[in-house]
Amino acid sequence: MLSEAKSRINVIRDKCVGCHLCAKSCPFSAIEIKDKKAVINLEKCNLCSACKESCKFNAIEISELTSQVRFVDINEYKDVWVFCEQKKGVVQSISYELLGEGKKLARKLGSKLCAVLIGEGMMPKVKDLYARGADIVYLVDNPKLKHYQDEPYTNVIVKLIHEYKPEVFLCGASVIGRSLVSRIAIKINAGLTADCTGLDIDTEKKLLLQTRPAFGGNIMATIISPNHRPQMATVRHKVMKEAIPDHKLTGKLITKAYDDSVYASRTKLLDIVEEIEETVNLSEADIIVSGGRGIGKQDNFDMIRELARVLNGAVGASRSAVDAGWIPYSHQVGQTGKTVCPKLYIACGISGQIQHIIGMQSAKVILAINKDADAPIFKVATYGIVGDVFDIVPALTKRFGEILKR
Amino acid sequence: MNIVVCIKQVPNTTQVRINPETNTLIREGVESVINPFDSYAIEEGVRLKEKLGGKVTVISMGPPQAEDALREAISLGCDEAILVSDRKFAGSDTWATSYTLSQTIRKIKDFDIIICGKQASDGDTAQVGPGISTHLDIPQVTYVRKIEEISNDKAKLERLTEEGYEIIETKLPVLITVVKEINDPRMPSLKGKMKAKSASVIKWNADDIDCNVNDIGLNGSPTRVVKIFTPQPRKGGEILKGEPHEITAKVVDLLKDVIIG
Repeated sequence: MLSEAKSRINVIRDKCVGCHLCAKSCPFSAIEIKDKKAVINLEKCNLCSACKESCKFNAIEISELTSQVRFVDINEYKDVWVFCEQKKGVVQSISYELLGEGKKLARKLGSKLCAVLIGEGMMPKVKDLYARGADIVYLVDNPKLKHYQDEPYTNVIVKLIHEYKPEVFLCGASVIGRSLVSRIAIKINAGLTADCTGLDIDTEKKLLLQTRPAFGGNIMATIISPNHRPQMATVRHKVMKEAIPDHKLTGKLITKAYDDSVYASRTKLLDIVEEIEETVNLSEADIIVSGGRGIGKQDNFDMIRELARVLNGAVGASRSAVDAGWIPYSHQVGQTGKTVCPKLYIACGISGQIQHIIGMQSAKVILAINKDADAPIFKVATYGIVGDVFDIVPALTKRFGEILKR
Repeated sequence: MNIVVCIKQVPNTTQVRINPETNTLIREGVESVINPFDSYAIEEGVRLKEKLGGKVTVISMGPPQAEDALREAISLGCDEAILVSDRKFAGSDTWATSYTLSQTIRKIKDFDIIICGKQASDGDTAQVGPGISTHLDIPQVTYVRKIEEISNDKAKLERLTEEGYEIIETKLPVLITVVKEINDPRMPSLKGKMKAKSASVIKWNADDIDCNVNDIGLNGSPTRVVKIFTPQPRKGGEILKGEPHEITAKVVDLLKDVIIG
């Protein structure tokens, strides 16, 4: 059974100098240096090619079988596409972030930036997408497409991709985005990288370089799709900068309509229920105020809500606060809840279990308030306050209220 | 009802540490566990069986040691376990993984509902569940937080969204991915543990599930990892000291730009 892998990855012993670079790069601890030569443990190796890239002596070779039949003529594919997510007719802010980032990528590729807009009565929004930098807007407008549903949206985009052949396809790593593009990528046999936090172009090879965290943010991986098109990625909310609207800009509109079978769905949306108490949702929020076990009881969450209200932020919670039933699960930040990256994260009475840290460590600024000076949250906090949340939080609310006049 | 649950064995991410000297992951001594989200999938599968009768088949694609995760699933109430393992699967990305799992489910043949966790805690992609349903050409409902009603040919489900939830009706067979909110997983019973010990785990390789060699492992994977690096760990900053009113004034001053800008 090992012969398969053995033929696929090899250390060229004449070139290997035993420098350890490959062993350090291996995320699976599959490489050891024995007698000054790298030895790959094939039981552990996942053929991820990190070692090959790390080797300065080209001493590692990974052979690809030549029988690959699914390659496409990649030169036929042009332009950077952004799927513009809408809910109840409102284009979501993640779409503007992607248009901002997409413009940079399109410039580097020397191609156009295109927006894909699907819904009902979306025509008035087209000019907003031009203003955010779209050179072309593909619009598919039909009452059957009013709300997102997996199958019709997948079918429509697959049709568009087959006809217009984009080189890059970006989508928000949202509930909708992650469900949608996972289906599209399978149908069109494209590479898809989830939840990217960095995008760039290898200008020489014209490849999209997609960087994303893995293992709960403990490592970062850069991923490419060399032989398949489009190169697809979902992008984490709040990482890229929104395109600034310029209402003088204009573009070209391409509207498409398809036969009813394209809009058919085996699932039916019966109702949409909004449950978040605050007006801003966690993944959209620039500021999040979170409460943990230190808040003590359900009623005390009002103090957290009040600070969030003054700051125009959203309310988050640690797992223990959710498990105690003080606040619904939809507010939970962390490994089994949401991953957020706001500009400011205020952790109140949260000790900072690793599972919580994983969900909020990419916030730009973290303020932690905890009475225990040894709480792990202080290890990641930009600013820490060792003190009683019941003194500090209301004082902050009052002071910010005065300054912000809220 | 024939229920299939897909699980993954993952390193316990909360134990993953960085070697400060080499700046690499320390994987030695890190235990392997069932992906936390998959525990909810197992529990929901077992609850459906308890309510409606039928059988829960748990499947996993992975190295031989993933058998441990499958045995644990049996101890939690699953009836049958299948390990899909082959060196030919090495290098699989989410495209190839979902193809391989879909071929496994095709071989199982009788299924009404497939349940996956919303994502795995090591890769965090949330792509394999929808990938399986697409390969099988069946509908999917992701981020399910409640099964309201289920019968032989349809189900009514609640799907968690950023703002709340949606109520969705779907035809069966369907694939769902579940979130933590859906249930509170049980601990294995003594009887379950005994059963897990003596149970035989079925083992299938690439040939057993009739895989196209171009669709599995590295061949079937459009994506390639070209670089892996450790991010600079976030460092703790300044601890503010003083009386509450002094601290408050300082914080407001420090954060003013972040909040207004």
